[in-house]
Amino acid sequence: MSAITNPLDRRNFLKTGLAGATGLVIGFYLPGRREALAATPAAATPAILNAWVHITPDDKVTILISKSEMGQGVETSLAMLAAEELECDWKRIHTEFAPADKVYFDPAFGMQGTGGSQSIHSAWEPMRKAGATAREMLIAAAAQKWGVDASECHAENGAIVHAATKRRATFGSLAEAASKIPQPTNVKLKDPSEFKIVGKPTKRVDTPKKVNGTAGFGIDVRLPKMLHASVEHCPVFGGKVASFDATKAKAIPGVKDVIQIPTGVAVIADNTWTAFQGRKALDVKWDEGPNAGVSSGSIRQTFMDAVQKPGVVSRKEGDADAGLASAAQKIEAVYEAPYQAHATMEPMNGTADVRADGVDLWVPTQFQTPAQGTAAGIAGVKPEAVNVHTTYLGGGFGRRGWSDFVAESTQLSKAMGVPVQVTWTRQDDMQHDYYRPASYIKMSAGLDANGKPTAFTARVACDSIMNWFFPGSIRNGLDASSVEGVSDIAYDIPNVLVDYHLMSGPIPMGFWRSVGASQNGFFSESFVDELAAAAKKDPYEFRRDLLSKKPRHLGALNLAAQKGGWGSPLPKGRYRGIAVLEAFSTYVAEVVEISIDKDGTVNVHRVVCAVDCGRVINPDTAEAQVSGAVVYGITAALKSEITIDKGRVVQTNFNDNPTLRMNEVPKIEVYFVPSTETPTGLGEPGVPPVAPAIANAIFAGTGKRIRHLPIKPEDVV
Amino acid sequence: MATHFTLNGKPQTVNVNPDMPLLWVLRDTLDMTGTKFGCGMALCGACTVHIDGEATRSCITPVSSVAGKKVTTIEGLSPDRSHPVQKAWMEIDVPQCGYCQSGQIMSAAALIAKTPKPTDAQIDDAMSGNICRCGTYPRIRKAIHRAAQLSASPAKPAATGAEVVPSEETALVGGAE
Repeated sequence: MSAITNPLDRRNFLKTGLAGATGLVIGFYLPGRREALAATPAAATPAILNAWVHITPDDKVTILISKSEMGQGVETSLAMLAAEELECDWKRIHTEFAPADKVYFDPAFGMQGTGGSQSIHSAWEPMRKAGATAREMLIAAAAQKWGVDASECHAENGAIVHAATKRRATFGSLAEAASKIPQPTNVKLKDPSEFKIVGKPTKRVDTPKKVNGTAGFGIDVRLPKMLHASVEHCPVFGGKVASFDATKAKAIPGVKDVIQIPTGVAVIADNTWTAFQGRKALDVKWDEGPNAGVSSGSIRQTFMDAVQKPGVVSRKEGDADAGLASAAQKIEAVYEAPYQAHATMEPMNGTADVRADGVDLWVPTQFQTPAQGTAAGIAGVKPEAVNVHTTYLGGGFGRRGWSDFVAESTQLSKAMGVPVQVTWTRQDDMQHDYYRPASYIKMSAGLDANGKPTAFTARVACDSIMNWFFPGSIRNGLDASSVEGVSDIAYDIPNVLVDYHLMSGPIPMGFWRSVGASQNGFFSESFVDELAAAAKKDPYEFRRDLLSKKPRHLGALNLAAQKGGWGSPLPKGRYRGIAVLEAFSTYVAEVVEISIDKDGTVNVHRVVCAVDCGRVINPDTAEAQVSGAVVYGITAALKSEITIDKGRVVQTNFNDNPTLRMNEVPKIEVYFVPSTETPTGLGEPGVPPVAPAIANAIFAGTGKRIRHLPIKPEDVV
Repeated sequence: MATHFTLNGKPQTVNVNPDMPLLWVLRDTLDMTGTKFGCGMALCGACTVHIDGEATRSCITPVSSVAGKKVTTIEGLSPDRSHPVQKAWMEIDVPQCGYCQSGQIMSAAALIAKTPKPTDAQIDDAMSGNICRCGTYPRIRKAIHRAAQLSASPAKPAATGAEVVPSEETALVGGAE
C-alpha cells in the first residue's frame, strides 16, 4: 500500500474534479486502490467499452457502479459480477460511481436509484453481461490485430491469448480498438460452476479508505469558494416562516447572509459551526399552520377509529367469516408500532454549485434521477445539465431516497452564486425525517379442534408511504407497502381476509429499512406465535407444519432451528423465540435467546439467522448485512421510537432516541441456505424477524404477550 | 485569536473563535474531513480524536482548550494504515457505510494503547460511546482483539483489501448444510 493520501492533495483533486466536471468518467473520488497503483498517468483517457467497463491503455479497468454505496457492499459486489465475466485481474479493478444517466436506470424503479434490497437482483445479469460484452470486444480486437479467428482466442487474467501462437495482448493495449467494435448482443455467460470470484468471500474495495479517513462522504466535499449553510426548519410539520429578524445572526463574524428558502431560514457562513451559531441567534416567528395540535395520541385515535369499519381488501381467499364461525376457538389481538427515524450516522447534507450553464451536485443520494430533476427544476436548467456526483453515503436505510437536502443546497448555491454545502444538525435530521409509518392492526384467527388454523383476518390502519413518495402507485386506495409482511402471510390457512385503511396525516412518511415488513412482520409473526400457544404446540413445529407448501420459508426456518439449537436445554433464565419472514424475495428465519432483568429490561444474548437469498455473491458482505440488520432490528424492538406532540417530533438526538451500543450487542450468527436460485437482496430482510422473535421469547419466559413496540421494561414485568 | 497546538505531530496554529469546537476547526478550517460530525453533543463518538493520548469527543471540545496539547486525528494515526487497529480493521473488513469508523478506530486505538489485551468487558467500557447504525459492533470487537494480537507480535502484513482472500468467515457463512 502506498502512502496515505494527504488531505490537502485530496482537496486539490476536488478542485481539479470541479474544473473538469463533464463527461462520464470524472469524479470526486480517489479510489483507494488507485493510490496503490500510483503509476496511473493522470491524463490517461479510458476507452469506453460500455457504460460499466472503461479501460485505459495502462490496463486500469474501471467498473462504474450505478448503485449508491451506503454500507451494503455494493461497490464491491457489483464489480465482482463484471470482473467475473471480464476475466481480468481482480487487483486491477477500480470502481467509480456512475453519473446520473438513463443508461443506469434500474428497471425495477424506472429510474436510477438504490433501494428495496434490489441492487444485486437487478445487477445480476446486466453486470455480468457488461463484463462479458467487454471481454468479447477485446477478443474481437485481438483477433483482428492478429488476423486469426476470434474463436481461437480467450481472455485470461487481464489479457487476450491466442494459444496456438502463444500470442498475448493486455486489455489496455486492445481497449481503444475494442471500443470501436460493435457491441455483441448475445454474449454467453459462464456456467456458475466456472465462477472464480462470485461466491467467494471478497475484501471490500472501500475498506482501505474507511480506515484512514479518506473515504469521501457528502459532508466531506470541499470546493473552492464553497460556503457552509444550515437551515432553521419550522418545528411543526406543515408550518412556515411568518417573519424573521436576522440582525443578531448577521452580526456574527463569518456569517455571510441569512435568507429564506421554502423549508425555512438559512444561515450561510464561512464554516458549519458559524452557520449553526447563526441559527441560534435567529429570531423566527413561525406560522405553525393546521397541525400544531397533532400528537401521537390524536393520530392513534384516528387509526383506532378507522379499524372499526372494513377497509380496502388487500387479500381475500375463501370465506374468513365462515372459517372463524366453524372454529373450535377464536383468537383476537390488536398490535401497534410507532414511527421510527432512520438516524443515519451522517446527518443529511448536500453540496451544489449552480452556474448559468448547469449544476454540479455532490450528494449522498440513494436516488440520482430525482436528485438531478430536483436540482434542474430549481436551477432552471435541463436535467442533463446537472452532473450528479454520488458520494459515499454515511448510512441510507431509505432516508436518502428523498431529495430535500438536494433542493436546499441547490436553492442556496443559486442564491449565493458560489458552491454551498448545507449541513443538518442531528436534531434537524431526527425531527425532519420521512419516518417509518406508525401502524395499528386488528387480527383474528380460528383454530379447529386439532389446533389447525381455519381462518386469518387482519385489518391494517397505517400511514401511507406512497401517498408521500409516489401517489400514482396507490391502486383503489391500497398502498401495498403498508400491508407487506402481513397480507402475504405464508402459512397454509384456508380462509384469509386482509383489509386496509390508508391513513394520511401531516407526518412525512418514507421507506425505512425493510419498509412495511418492519412492522407487519412483528404483527404477523407474533400473532402466529399466539396461535401456536393457543393450539398448545411448539412455536417452531407449529410454523413448520403450516409451511409445507413453502419450501424456501421452511428451509430457512429449519436451518435457524437447527443452528439455534431449538428445543435444547437453556441455562436458567434464558428463553428462546423464533420468527420467519420473506421480504424482498429473501427468506429469513431467526432464533433469539434472551434474559430478563428484575426490572423488565430485556437482554438479547444470541441471534441465529438463517437466510435464503438465492446464490450468495460475496459471503463476507452478505454476512455483514444480515448481522447489521439484526442490530438495527434490536434497536427498533427495544429502544427507539419517534413520538409527536404539538405537531412536532419530541425526540432530538441519540440521548432521547437511543440506539444499540457495543455493550448491548448479542452474539450474532448468520447461515445461508445453499442455493442456486437467482440472487436476491440482503440490505433489509434481516430486520423484520428480530422484533417478533424477541417478543416471542419474552412470552416463552414470562407468558406476557408483547403487542406494541418498542418493548419497554414495564411491559415485560 | 491564535491557538497553537500539535496536530498529528506537527505544530499547528489556527486563527479562529476560541469557542469553535475542535471538530469544526479540523473539518472546515483545516479541511481534514476524516473526523466526523454525528451528533454535536458527545453522544455518538463519530468525532473522536486523541488529545494527549486520551480519546476525546472533538464536537464539544473548544479549540482553545487544546492549546499546547497534542492532537491526533484519524489522518495522523499512521502514515500508511499500519497502525495495528487499522490493520485489524482491514483484515476483518469491519466498515459498512464507514461514517462512524474514524471515531471507532480512534477509540479502539486509545484503548489498545492503555490496555494492550482488553477483555470483552473492557471493550464494552471503552467502545460504548461510539454508535454504529450499520451494526458493525461484532466485527469491531473481533478486530480489537485482533489488533491486540498484532500489537503484541508484529505479524505478517495485513490484507490490503485488493485481493480475493478467503477469510475465516468462509466456514461460518458458507458452511451451512
